Amino acid sequence: MPDLCLLWFLLLGVLLTGYAVLDGFDLGVGILHPIARRDEERRTFLNAIGPIWDGNEVWLVTFGGALFAAFPMAYATVFSGFYVPFTLLLFALIFRAVSIEFRSKMESRPWRHMWDYGFFLSSLLASFLFGVAAGNALMGIPLDERGVYLGGVLDLLHPYPLLAGLTVVAMFAMHGAIYLYLKTPEGELLTRLRNWMWHTWGLFLVLYLLGTMYTLVAIPRATANFAHFPWAVVVVVISVLAIANIPRSIYAGRPGWAFASSSVAMITLIALFAIALWPNMVTASNNPENSLTIYRAASSPKTLTIMAIIAAIGMPFVLVYNAVIYWTFRGKVETGGGY
Amino acid sequence: MDDVALLSRIQFALTIMFHYLFPPLTIGMGVVMVYLEAMYLKRREPIYESAARFWTGLFAVSFAIGVATGIVMEFEFGTNWAPYSRFVGDVFGSALAAEGIFAFFLESGFLAVLVFGWDKVSAGFHFFATLMVSLGSMFSAVWIIVANSWQQTPQGHHIVSMMRDGKPWLVNGEPMMRAEVMDFWQVLLNPSTVNRLTHTLIGAYILGAFFIMSISAFYLLKGRHRDFAMRSFTGALIFATIFSLVQIVSGDFNGRMVARHQPAKLAAFEGHFETGRGDLSLFGYVDEEQRRLRFSPAIPGGLSFLVHRDFNAPVIGLDRFRREDWPPLNPSYASFHIMVGLGMFFAAITVYASVLRLRGTLFDKRWLMWIFVVSVIGPFVANELGWMAAEVGRQPWIVHPRVITDATGGFILDPAGMVQYRLEEGLRTASAVSENITAGQVKGAIAGYSLIYVLLFWVWLFVLNHKIQAGPVPVAMPPHTTARGFDATAAARILHEDSMSEAKEPNREEES
Repeated sequence: MPDLCLLWFLLLGVLLTGYAVLDGFDLGVGILHPIARRDEERRTFLNAIGPIWDGNEVWLVTFGGALFAAFPMAYATVFSGFYVPFTLLLFALIFRAVSIEFRSKMESRPWRHMWDYGFFLSSLLASFLFGVAAGNALMGIPLDERGVYLGGVLDLLHPYPLLAGLTVVAMFAMHGAIYLYLKTPEGELLTRLRNWMWHTWGLFLVLYLLGTMYTLVAIPRATANFAHFPWAVVVVVISVLAIANIPRSIYAGRPGWAFASSSVAMITLIALFAIALWPNMVTASNNPENSLTIYRAASSPKTLTIMAIIAAIGMPFVLVYNAVIYWTFRGKVETGGGY
Repeated sequence: MDDVALLSRIQFALTIMFHYLFPPLTIGMGVVMVYLEAMYLKRREPIYESAARFWTGLFAVSFAIGVATGIVMEFEFGTNWAPYSRFVGDVFGSALAAEGIFAFFLESGFLAVLVFGWDKVSAGFHFFATLMVSLGSMFSAVWIIVANSWQQTPQGHHIVSMMRDGKPWLVNGEPMMRAEVMDFWQVLLNPSTVNRLTHTLIGAYILGAFFIMSISAFYLLKGRHRDFAMRSFTGALIFATIFSLVQIVSGDFNGRMVARHQPAKLAAFEGHFETGRGDLSLFGYVDEEQRRLRFSPAIPGGLSFLVHRDFNAPVIGLDRFRREDWPPLNPSYASFHIMVGLGMFFAAITVYASVLRLRGTLFDKRWLMWIFVVSVIGPFVANELGWMAAEVGRQPWIVHPRVITDATGGFILDPAGMVQYRLEEGLRTASAVSENITAGQVKGAIAGYSLIYVLLFWVWLFVLNHKIQAGPVPVAMPPHTTARGFDATAAARILHEDSMSEAKEPNREEES
């Protein structure tokens, strides 16, 4: 019998990766929004993500639904345990959607400024909170024997998750800068974006190195699984090569390759995250007995099978829709005529 | 007030009721847009394209808010109702995940083509995208109603101990129980799914039609866009009349379904205290202390007739349920009765308007046009109240246990004369709230959502008004040729069009 729990652990990883790689760049565009100086530049930023950001966010929604269905114990523990940060995250996601949609409905400057700040702050907050959540997942949280979170809100703000939050902000900003560089037409803005690709890459590199050192020192389990999975070393190598290839591609004037490298870097980081978590969905920091392993947190084999069938039917369609939409809206943002 | 369960219910009610302003509107309007684009493909008359573009603009604004507020709903099961999520995740979660995979990707992907694609794709592909968005919004309704209906009339599952490392999982010697799927199709087609889905979708179609009639009536009263408005009004009126009448039949089906599977809910809807002949109360309020209805004219035996098709057949009343198993009476009674009253109003006014339309005098009746302008509030309220009746009437259960019946569906009473539930199947709302959240946190969330939603609602009205005042723009140029190369005025207009909800409008140059 195939290991359905493992299958769903991997599928959740795929959904999370899809979300990070796709919504990552539009969150990054939001984080970089203040660098657009004039109204026209801000519109270029928004137009670059206009038709696709909503579809990108669906990866998160589907991740949430799949987590609920496949690992209800983990869904219940994490979402109730992170009540305050997740409520803030929801506020940010609502506000962000609305800022993108309504900014251009009126000419007035205060109106546009309000939504510009809304777009920036909500993108920043959402990215930061994703990192905080990932950091806490790696550190583990105190759980009772039923899997109920025992800590308070402030316990989630340990320096390690805060560093993880900043790293994710820098990573999305870099990803967004490269994406904008691909979508922006020739001009002064493009030159500035080129500099911002360097700035955000540098910032990401510093935080990435700090984060790696902190992880190696403070989170021994992050690498403990390397004993079980010797191939994990390959992932590390790919990760480092991908991050190193970003500046190389920018320098060589091949932003497409830079974007691909940045995507690969994210994929490998999520893979390393999953390897570190394994076999836990939620790690109990107080007592390993209370950890929710993927086997303890999972739904019944019957439900996991049904879900696998649903995914097998649905996911090919999802990939086709995504391909169609990205193909329809390919190429640089049109500033003169269309938008 | 520090009751976390009550506060969490308020939070859920607030977020779901705000969210539910939008999905029925977009489901209803989606069908109209599919129709308009199909007509355009067939006849190639510009008025259809112009109309489709106009309604797409209003559609997209509403859709955007629906999506943004919908994410909240999916997360709230976990944040506020963790024990519930643990108990039902195996069954309920699959429906939510299926909604994501089958519906959300479809809607959000093709919405981009719908809104941004007018000049990028062919008319045929644009029609296809509209069709996909409309289908996606209905798939979404299917899955969420499957999930909710299972909570109302569960089926196709069993309650078992959770396993941990191959053994039943015990906490303090007690096994931890949950619902697990046995037969997926039975879960899907539980006794209430089809009835409730039909009722919900028809409710959405009625709203979509009244929305279009409201705006069209406004144009007619102002003497603007007359041809567009008369055509739109007539089309929507045909739609609204048929569905308002069908909705009464669907309501009757639902009433009998509730009587069979959730008898306490029906008794609360009708304020029916004593088992026996049921009178059909028209309005009034429930006096819980005196155990009777006040100021309530009633049709004698009316309830018995509706439930059993016999004016004298006994209907189970609240006296057959323990007090702790009663739903909140007045909220159930009021939401149900106002919904039914509104439904009757929709049927009456659409039939009357249809008769006038056939006589050709409809558009001269300014007073009636004004009623139609305002009437759009009716279906919004009726859709909200329908859900309120369904959800409040389900209390005190979050997962309603099945009632124990004999082979013919008659209730088997316990020695005390009470209707019996399969108690191990049910979960009370009060025991389903997250253990670790505090009243202060939930109050903070309620305050935050209230603030954001008031702002959103205002922005939505503001943008709708702006678009309605601007009105549809006639399309005179050959469709789907390049719109580039027009002069600066056209370019200036187009420059605003950088968001999902700003459908690209054709150049206004052509008007003058």
